[in-house]
Amino acid sequence: MLRKIEPYFFITPAIIVILIIFAYPVLRLSILSFQRPSEGSMVFVGFTNYLAIMRDDVFLRAVRNNLVLLLCVPIMVVIALLLAIFLFERIRGWKFYRSTLFLPYLLPIVVVGLVFSYIFQLRGVLNEFLTTIGMGRFALDWLGSTRLALPTLMFVIIWKEVGFGVVLFLARLMSVEEELFDAAKIDGANWWQLQVYITVPQLAAVIEFFTIVSMITMLSWVFGYVYVMTGGGPGNSTMVTELFIYQSAFRYNQVNIASAVAVLLLLVTGVFIFLELRLREGSSIVEAVE
Amino acid sequence: MKSRYGFKYWMGLSMRQVTVIIATILSLFPIYFMAVSAFKTRSEYIANKWGLPQSLILTNFDTALAGEKFFIRFANSTILTVGSVCVSLLIACLAAYAFARMEFPGKRTLFNMIIALMVVPPVVMLIPLFVFMVRWHLINTYIGTILIYTGLLLPFSVFLMTNFFRAIPREIIEAARMDGCSHLGVFWQIMMPLAAPAVVTLVVVNSLWVWNELLIALVFMQKDELKTLMVGISSLQSRNYVDIPATMAGLLIATIPIVIVYIFGQRYFIRGLTSGAVK
Repeated sequence: MLRKIEPYFFITPAIIVILIIFAYPVLRLSILSFQRPSEGSMVFVGFTNYLAIMRDDVFLRAVRNNLVLLLCVPIMVVIALLLAIFLFERIRGWKFYRSTLFLPYLLPIVVVGLVFSYIFQLRGVLNEFLTTIGMGRFALDWLGSTRLALPTLMFVIIWKEVGFGVVLFLARLMSVEEELFDAAKIDGANWWQLQVYITVPQLAAVIEFFTIVSMITMLSWVFGYVYVMTGGGPGNSTMVTELFIYQSAFRYNQVNIASAVAVLLLLVTGVFIFLELRLREGSSIVEAVE
Repeated sequence: MKSRYGFKYWMGLSMRQVTVIIATILSLFPIYFMAVSAFKTRSEYIANKWGLPQSLILTNFDTALAGEKFFIRFANSTILTVGSVCVSLLIACLAAYAFARMEFPGKRTLFNMIIALMVVPPVVMLIPLFVFMVRWHLINTYIGTILIYTGLLLPFSVFLMTNFFRAIPREIIEAARMDGCSHLGVFWQIMMPLAAPAVVTLVVVNSLWVWNELLIALVFMQKDELKTLMVGISSLQSRNYVDIPATMAGLLIATIPIVIVYIFGQRYFIRGLTSGAVK
C-alpha cells in the first residue's frame, strides 16, 4: 500500500505549486475573458471582449509589431550559424570569443535596454561617432522616430539573444563525429559544400529548436526591452502584446480586455509548445543532458 | 594540396578572424561603454562619450548607492532569488526523483505536461495571479512573489534534474533499496550527493533568471521599500534621469555579480542554458 502512494509523496509539492501558478490562472483567465464588470459584479458577456480587441487599433498594432519582430529569427539563425562555424574551425582564441559572445545573453534586459537607450540617444554615442567619421547625416533619432524605433529595438534584441544560438550550435557541432568532416574533405568538398551538406544537416534539430524558442521569445518574452527602451512609443510604434496586456490591466483597469488578449497569446504559444514537444519526442538529440 | 595554403586560404582565415573580432567588439562595446561612463563626471561624459575616463572618479558610485535606495533593492533581489531558487530546487528534485526512478500511473503524461509549461510566458498568468494574490493578501510580500517564481522555475528544474537522475545507474539505487533503505533515504543519501554538479548548474541558471526578471517583480512588489534592483533601475529611464554617469554606476553594480559568477562558473552557465537542446 505504501509503495503505491509513495511516488505521490514526491510529486505532490510540485503539483500543488503548478496548480496554483499555472492551472488555476489559466482557468481563471479564460473565465475573466468572457466577463465584464457590471454594478460591482462580473457578468457573462460572451465574445464581447474578443470582438472589442479585434477592433482596437492599438492591439492590432501590437500584434503587427510582434509579427515584425519574428524577422529577427532568421537573422539570428544565420549570424549564430556563421559565428558557430567560424569558432568550430578553431580560429585562434575561440574559447575567449565564445565566452564574450555569450555574455550579452546573461545580462539583465533592463541593464541592456538602458545602456542601449543611452547609446541610441539623439546626442548619444552612436550619433557622435557617426558625426566624427563624417557620416553625420546618418545620425538619426534612433529611438525617438516612429519609423526607426522598432528596427532599433530589433537590433538590441538580436544583440542580446544571438549568443545563445552561437553557444548552442557550437556545442552541437563539437559532438559531431570528426570523421564526417574529414571524409567530406577527402572527397574534395569545398567550404560551402561542407557547410551545406554536413554542418547544416547535422545541426538541423538544434536549429529547429533555436528557431522555435526564438519565435516564442519574439511573440511573448520581449516585455523588458520595450518597457525600458521605448515604453511602447513613440505613438505606439513599438507597442507589443505583452505591454498591451500589462497596460490594459494595470494602467487602464480593463482587466477583461487584457484577459482576452492573454488567452489569445496563450493559444498562439500553445501551438509552439506543441511543436516543441513534437520535436522533443521525435529527435534523440533533443533529449537528455549529461 | 598546395593551394590550401595559398592566397585563398589566408583570405578565408582572415575573413573569419575579422568577422569574429567585429562580433566580439559589438558584444563588448555596451559593457565597455557602461564601465567607462561610470567613472566619468557629467561634463566629462558630455565632452568625451566613448574614450577612457581621465581618472577613476568614484563619486558616481556614491550617488548611485545613496540615491536609489540601492542596498534595500539589492537585498530585495537577493531575498527573492535565494528564496525561490532554494524552494524550487527542493520541490523539483523530489519530483524529478519520482519521474526518474519510480513507477506510477500517468507518469509520462504528467512529465510532458510539466515540460510543456517551460515556454508559457508569465504575462499570461499575470492578471489571475494578481487577483489570487490580492485575495490571499500576498501582494507586496516576499512569500507571494517567491511562490510565483518557484512555480515559473519548476518546469525547467524538473526537466533538468529528471534527466540527470535518469543517468544515475539503477544498480546503485537497487542495491541501497535491497539493504533496506527507503526511497527518501536513497534520495537524500545517494541521489542528492551525486547530483551536485547538476544542482550547481540549476542554481546558477535559475538565480540568473530571477535576478534579471522584471515583469513579475514590477507587478507583485510595488511598494517602494520592496522593489527589486531591476525594477528600481527600470524606473531611472522613465523619470528622465539626467545624471547618466551615476546611472551607469548603478547599472554596473547590478551587473558585476553576474559577470563575476560567469567568469568562475562559465561551464555551468553554458551547460545549463543549452541543456534543453544539446546532449
